[in-house]
Amino acid sequence: MSSGLDLSQFYETFFDEADELLAQMEQLLLELDVQAPDIEQLNAIFRAAHSIKGGAATFGCFQKLAETTHLLENLLDAIRRGEMALRVDMVDTFLETKDVLKSQLDAYRASEEPDDAVYERICAVLRQLAEEGPGGEHAAAAPAAAAAAPVPTPEPEPQPEPVVAAPVAAEPATAAASGDLPTRVHIRKVSEKDAASLLEEMGNLGHVLASDRSGGALTVWVQTSCSADDIEAVCCFIIDADQLQITREAPPAQAAAAPAENSIEQFEQAAATFAPQAAAPTAPAAPAAPAASAPAAASRPARAQQAPAADKESTSIRVGVEKVDQIINLVGELVITQAMLAQTASTLDPVLHDRLLNGMEQLERNARDLQESVMSIRMMPMDYVFSRFPRLVRDIAGKMGKQIELQTYGRATELDKSLIERIIDPLTHLVRNSLDHGIETPEKRVAAGKDPVGQLVLSAQHNGGHIVIEVSDDGGGLSRERILKKALSQGMAVNENMPDEEVWQLIFAPGFSTAEQITDISGRGVGMDVVRRNIQDMGGHVQLSSVPGQGTTTRIILPLTLAILDGMSVRVGEETFILPLNHVTESLQPVEDQLYTVAGNERVMHVRGEYLPLVEMHRVFSVGGAQQDPTQAIVVIMQAEDRRFALLVDHLVGQHQVVVKNLEANYRKVPGISAATILGDGSVALIVDVFALARANREKWAQPEAILN
Amino acid sequence: MPPTILVADDSTTMRMIVKSVLSEAGWQVLAASNGKEALDLAQTSPVDLVVSDWNMPVMGGRDLIEGLRRQPQYEDLPVLVLTTEEDAISKSAARDLGVNGWLNKPLDPEVLVELAAELLGAAPQG
Repeated sequence: MSSGLDLSQFYETFFDEADELLAQMEQLLLELDVQAPDIEQLNAIFRAAHSIKGGAATFGCFQKLAETTHLLENLLDAIRRGEMALRVDMVDTFLETKDVLKSQLDAYRASEEPDDAVYERICAVLRQLAEEGPGGEHAAAAPAAAAAAPVPTPEPEPQPEPVVAAPVAAEPATAAASGDLPTRVHIRKVSEKDAASLLEEMGNLGHVLASDRSGGALTVWVQTSCSADDIEAVCCFIIDADQLQITREAPPAQAAAAPAENSIEQFEQAAATFAPQAAAPTAPAAPAAPAASAPAAASRPARAQQAPAADKESTSIRVGVEKVDQIINLVGELVITQAMLAQTASTLDPVLHDRLLNGMEQLERNARDLQESVMSIRMMPMDYVFSRFPRLVRDIAGKMGKQIELQTYGRATELDKSLIERIIDPLTHLVRNSLDHGIETPEKRVAAGKDPVGQLVLSAQHNGGHIVIEVSDDGGGLSRERILKKALSQGMAVNENMPDEEVWQLIFAPGFSTAEQITDISGRGVGMDVVRRNIQDMGGHVQLSSVPGQGTTTRIILPLTLAILDGMSVRVGEETFILPLNHVTESLQPVEDQLYTVAGNERVMHVRGEYLPLVEMHRVFSVGGAQQDPTQAIVVIMQAEDRRFALLVDHLVGQHQVVVKNLEANYRKVPGISAATILGDGSVALIVDVFALARANREKWAQPEAILN
Repeated sequence: MPPTILVADDSTTMRMIVKSVLSEAGWQVLAASNGKEALDLAQTSPVDLVVSDWNMPVMGGRDLIEGLRRQPQYEDLPVLVLTTEEDAISKSAARDLGVNGWLNKPLDPEVLVELAAELLGAAPQG
């Protein structure tokens, strides 16, 4: 009945799901309280490993992934069952395993075989953890505590405590003395294969003390808290009830010895099995934390501000990004067509064509709503980015011996998918900078009268058509002196009286780094300039503010999406240009006394006490037939980063939302132009790259005041 | 009308695989990502067989089957558990709930189809 189903069609689904599960696993691991792990969280971590293993094993061709998750799952299972106590170094290992799993997944996705050495190593580490049992030596030292606290159980139903049985293996007499007789399970007429499965089942139920196979029957002595009914229930998946006989009695002496050959060793192992888990809840802090985990323990676990999101189980469908982009593109075309129709219809007599014009209005509303809904598909919550940082902060803080608490706000703030992916690198760099150069070591902080634990805050919020992302630390702040010194030594044009904002901007210069000591974390001199360039490429900009001794805040301001843009269309000669509306502050018609000619034929315009460079569009883009006399034209005051300039155009046409069409993909890169769009009449208009204009201008006008004097 | 099978698994991949294995074999398949969804689905459309994972968020296989059993029309509904769990307690709980089979992942599509055919053949079809 089953046809040869081609499982490879599900690979992509599996990869995506596994990716998500790994991210979830990491988040849960980071949130985990090692001293008193939450059973629901443990269960969720286990389930993630479990699902990945289930999938990987089903496909049959992701062997390494399946095996690695299998080992991880076993450990997690033991922990959630309370058979093994959680330690900080285990969490470290699990996090490392997660990274390996991710790289294996990526390899499989790229149709490659994952790295052998890495695979072997992580498996060895996991096996080692599983073998050494929960505690190592220190745990065995406290077997007395075993009887104390109850073991937290993952399932609501009564759990056996198989560990209790362990010491009995070595000394059945103890068990007998306490009246805790093992259960003898006798099964008649059982095949070799079933006997093996039964024996395994018994092992799952509790501790198998002895087994005997003779005359086609199987007899097992098992120390378990399961009732006879439970045992019967389990066996009945394999054999019939009437083959079964369950009694309580001690195993025969010689048989008892058989499975426990190295009884002393086993006793110690067994003691290790239950000691720490019992000890952990009663004596939470010190003794359970082994020395091996010192660096990680030094940092307080980085904690996300919000509790684990409850929306993890929301229903969703998975769609390829290219499909979404296709829809966005088509909707864009639809909006353009609608605009074209509207333009034609506006020439018609409203009385004669009443119904048509009403329909046009309706169409415009629908088209706009449709465009908004489609755009919202591409929106993703900032959590996608923020969720990577707890791990990063934890690792780096551990490595640097710093204590850092991470807080995130506005995780639900949405941003276009293409932007969200591109913001990761710059943001990571800023966070690393804060961790590395910003927040001081605990000793320094205490000496400065601060809390030894540094605060790092990541936040995201919408502000008009923008998203504002902030990285803020309460570290030492930027050193004006050091920056100026460094800038001087690099031959930059600086002076002592520069305002702070301009000093801070210097660190965005290529090759600039003030770190006293170059670490392996940041401070290699490639940095802030790349950050700024990346952000500018996304149509955004960076602002810095810093107070010595109190910390630094870096603010990234980005448009919400790159696919549509609120623009102001302006006319220059025969050409129409689009100015991004969020950079337009005002427009006015200049009068003669506002204009000054300086240095050659450059001009500045005096607007309310401020001298702004005059940028003539027709000169920048060599447009013929444009209005040459500024007093007959219009000036649009543009704001880019901290700079303002006056842009000279012939006249303003209007405001509209335009669909951004990539110019490089359709034509080639044009300096000063960021993209193109198609107007209602079907003609192409170029969208002005305000930052590029400001930059080109800044080079000419490094210090306008100086030139003016 | 072919018999309807209700699949519950929190893993999207597993759900899709099980679903396509069963629908290729000619059955109608409904899929749910946890026990709660599955229970809801079973309310709106009659189900002839359930293939459920055991450990799922929100509501696991055990509670799902319990919830189904409480309803007269599903008292004798054939149920298969398909899971990576292997512990005896779960298995014994499953047996008490009248689960007809416990399949361990990795999934062998042929075994699943065989078992489902057997159970559906024996089950009253309505």
